Amino acid sequence: MTALTRRGALGMLAGGLVSLTGAAQAEQFAGTYHLVPVALAEGIWLVRGADAPIAFANGGAIANCVIMASNAGPILFDCGPSRNYATALSALARKLTGKPPALVLISHLHPDHSLGASAFDPAIVAALPGTIADIERDGPGMSDAMFRMLADWMRGTEVVVPGRRLAAGPFEFGGRHLQLFSLAGHSASDLVALDEASGTLLAGDLVFKDRAPATPHATLSTWLASLDRLAAIPHRRLVPGHGPWDQDGSGIAQTRDWLTWLDKALHDASAQGLDMTEAGEIAIPARFAGMQAARYELQRSVSHFYPAIEIDSLPRIDGGTGG
Amino acid sequence: MRGLLTGLAALAGLVGSTSAMAAPPTDPLGSPLWDMHAERLFGKDKVVFDPAVHVDVPVIAENQHVFPMTLDARALGTVKRIIVLVDLDPLPLPVDFTPGEAAPWLSLRIKLDQRTPVRVAAQTPDGTWHVAGVWVDAAGGGCSAPPVSRAKGDWAQHLGEVRGAVYRSAQATRIRFAVRHPMDTGLVENIPAYNIETIRIMAGKQELSHMAVTGSVSEDPAFTMLLPAGEARPLTIAMHDSNGRDFDGILNPAEPEKHP
Repeated sequence: MTALTRRGALGMLAGGLVSLTGAAQAEQFAGTYHLVPVALAEGIWLVRGADAPIAFANGGAIANCVIMASNAGPILFDCGPSRNYATALSALARKLTGKPPALVLISHLHPDHSLGASAFDPAIVAALPGTIADIERDGPGMSDAMFRMLADWMRGTEVVVPGRRLAAGPFEFGGRHLQLFSLAGHSASDLVALDEASGTLLAGDLVFKDRAPATPHATLSTWLASLDRLAAIPHRRLVPGHGPWDQDGSGIAQTRDWLTWLDKALHDASAQGLDMTEAGEIAIPARFAGMQAARYELQRSVSHFYPAIEIDSLPRIDGGTGG
Repeated sequence: MRGLLTGLAALAGLVGSTSAMAAPPTDPLGSPLWDMHAERLFGKDKVVFDPAVHVDVPVIAENQHVFPMTLDARALGTVKRIIVLVDLDPLPLPVDFTPGEAAPWLSLRIKLDQRTPVRVAAQTPDGTWHVAGVWVDAAGGGCSAPPVSRAKGDWAQHLGEVRGAVYRSAQATRIRFAVRHPMDTGLVENIPAYNIETIRIMAGKQELSHMAVTGSVSEDPAFTMLLPAGEARPLTIAMHDSNGRDFDGILNPAEPEKHP
């Protein structure tokens, strides 16, 4: 978990997304990532991200990362937003296991999970082929966006294309046995890993818990189908990409609930004739009151989905037909 | 763009040194270009910053090519003219709206080229401009990246397709319309400016409302407007672009609402 530093707090004030003051953004210096491991099972630790939007105040450390010990050295599942974050994660993994990371699994393309790969030899960074293609295509743009928001926190971070291609199926590394799943929906390619010994299911961003799901590369119908797949995988605990882990299926259920509500709510808004700003201001049901960043993600989702939905709901009025 | 801004700044300097007009009021947003824009747009008219004008935007500019905004100056009563001003855009005036019979309320999407104030200036019949705005943080390139349909290459196949619908309520006759158009800014290499220039809402030969729009309105422009409740006449959305093409859409508020 990233501690709020004084500089970070100042950053939050000056870097507000839509700020009401004209205060210029002064040069700001990054704080230090303070990573706190939570033991989940024998040789498995979770490092929680802040359940918030990416912001200077949290250094972009919003995604969960997992450290799994193996005889060959620890395996990381996601590695944070920046070189400095991943360096701190690497040091933590070494402290916990006595060895430096030997393998880094990247769940999907998004920069809060993947850009930390900059701290590692590309040969030990592994992802699904679809994710590798996504990073090759979007990595530079995502890196630019992260530097713009996080500035000094990103110092030294470069886009690393994973050098090792993963495939679905059994996967053994240093005596640790994983089952890998190649799913999609949150992005075009979402990696899920099950640790067989502990029954720990690493769901990546297919599951968000108590933090609203982000949809910039999402296909909702595919995502919902992937949630069904996840629910059918026997597991003892689930680690979401964002938010706390659970043992009762609540993360999967809540993610499904939000995505189902979101899809219907945006279609309903369009059918009622609302424009984009109005669609972003609809009431969010009370059952999502404990969900962090709900309004923020709703408004992002309006941007991602609404133009296509409204075109479907507005008939041609120029005498023409079709597309 | 820098050259353009420098040129505009020099022009503003000239205006400022040769005229005796009152300086515009101090900008609560502290924009570096406020004085220049205000002198050029408002001339000798009185200008006040007025919270009665609402500028409604999302908390994040998720897509700098399609930034939605809703403006609402209904609290001012009758409004002659409404300008959207995006201080730091190379095309700083996406829309110049004369509401006429429509409410002084409008939803639209604009391009943002960088972190900038986004403002609405509404002129009441006494000539006073009522101004409100917010800073919006945005990544660069909203005006200087090619539109999606240019990248896809299918813009010409869909050019001028008009969609729309009417939504009746006790408060207003809400109309929505969208037109396929690349809205090229002229700031992208090898793509000249090409944009919708005017949009008129007509009932027969009578003009109810009109807008002048520029290339800083998003590709495939979509608008929502509010006409008086009970409006029953067939309406023509008459659009004219910078290559001289006309695109019309017909909305019939008297027909049952049809939303596929």
